[in-house]
Amino acid sequence: MASDVAEGGFNIQPMEQFVIKPLFGGHELNWYTPTNMTLWMGIAILAATLLLIVGTRRRAIVPTRTQSIAEVFYSFVYRMVEDINGTAGLKYFPYILTLFTFVLAANSLGLVPYSFTTTSQAAITVTLALTVFLSVTIIGIIKNGPRFLKVFWIDSAPLALRPVLAVIEIISYFVRPVSHSIRLMGNMMAGHAVIKVFAGFAGALGVFAVFPVLAIMGVLALEVIVAFIQAYVFAILTVIYMNDALHPGGH
Amino acid sequence: MASDIEMAKAAGEAVKEAGESVGMPQLDFGTYPNQIFWLVVTLVILFFLMKRIAIPRIAAILSERQGAIASDLEQAEEMRRKAVEAEQAYNQALADARAEANRIIAEAKAEIQKDVDAATARAEAEIAAKAAESEKRIAEIRAGAMEAVEQVARDAAVEIVELIMPSLADAKTIEKAVAARVKG
Amino acid sequence: MAVTGDLVQMGALIGAGLACTGMGGAAIGIGHVVGNYLSGALRNPSAAAGQTATMFIGIAFAEAMGIFSFLIALLLMYAQ
Repeated sequence: MASDVAEGGFNIQPMEQFVIKPLFGGHELNWYTPTNMTLWMGIAILAATLLLIVGTRRRAIVPTRTQSIAEVFYSFVYRMVEDINGTAGLKYFPYILTLFTFVLAANSLGLVPYSFTTTSQAAITVTLALTVFLSVTIIGIIKNGPRFLKVFWIDSAPLALRPVLAVIEIISYFVRPVSHSIRLMGNMMAGHAVIKVFAGFAGALGVFAVFPVLAIMGVLALEVIVAFIQAYVFAILTVIYMNDALHPGGH
Repeated sequence: MASDIEMAKAAGEAVKEAGESVGMPQLDFGTYPNQIFWLVVTLVILFFLMKRIAIPRIAAILSERQGAIASDLEQAEEMRRKAVEAEQAYNQALADARAEANRIIAEAKAEIQKDVDAATARAEAEIAAKAAESEKRIAEIRAGAMEAVEQVARDAAVEIVELIMPSLADAKTIEKAVAARVKG
Repeated sequence: MAVTGDLVQMGALIGAGLACTGMGGAAIGIGHVVGNYLSGALRNPSAAAGQTATMFIGIAFAEAMGIFSFLIALLLMYAQ
């Protein structure tokens, strides 16, 4: 691993930032040990609370700035659910809002220097995606029974093609949690690793460090967009998958 | 180069031995239970914060604002309606006032006309009375004049007859004759 | 100059480099998405605003493929 510890002052360890450590020192890591990830998840809850609960505490008809942001945030997710799922989907709106809030807060907080990016962890995104996958499947089966299988049976296709399409649909259905989770994790990890690599260059270049620093600024600006878009994509994919459960074969 | 690689490898192994997994920390399955536990805790807390506090509150704010806007619009509509009503009432009052004024003018005219008529009638009556009186007096005068003429004629005739033929002087006959002549 | 070291690791690193070519595919994909979005948007600017979100989703899908290749590269480098 020449890139990890190399000669000439390049000491770049882009992956080190993703290491999970116990928060209060020590090396033991039990399932309940508070870690640096726990800290940043707590901060994510705090940020969401500050925006959505403390920001709206006055319940003003003419909103303050924070309250406006909270309202826009709320209506953004609300409209997303309503547009795609219709009114039937509004039952699951709190669930979607929670997911979106969590992912967005975690993504954005991960951009703070020296912070820990919760959503760059495979365990987190896979758990989230599996939760979505399982809930969609279970809700779909409970609500529709055998009709849920129409998701795989494309009525609009020619009859001869339908079995082939069914196989493809089944495969793509089960690949969903994989791409759903890896997309989020990969995006978060890639951006941070790139920033870290540039930061390593900056440490070794002396005066010329200004170029990597400029590059970091650019990448960071891009990462802000990516943080939002990935949260949005995660949420909207959840909503689209949920649509299969609510209206199977209705696409 | 070779020694560098060796060195690097050694260093990497050293790091690994120190317990810092520099590889892909995401693949360190030992941390998974811990991560998943804290993720579930976080999501449950966040879910209840959202469901119990944030969503009802923001929904209430939004619907309240919707209601406020609707009621404001309603109020504005109400005010507009009132303004239209006031304008109508004003126009009505104006028309009434005009009609009243016209009526008063007509009444006054009629009254004046009546007075004028009465005065005219009175004047005419007076004039007529005076005219009648004058006529009467003229008639009297005329009658008086006629009588005087007759008298004069009679006297003159009697005297003439006395002068010419005193024997024939019969006052009564002469008077009769004069009267017949004057009348004829 | 004798080359020493792990042959498996060498293969893995070469594989990681090869995996990074996948990012070019993602770049082409994103270019297609944005290019088509722009050409559509310039034809009918009034409909463009409603499709921005769709474009970003398309970008995210295309970008995910590049991310996957990046992930493969990382796996080859670090996870053995």
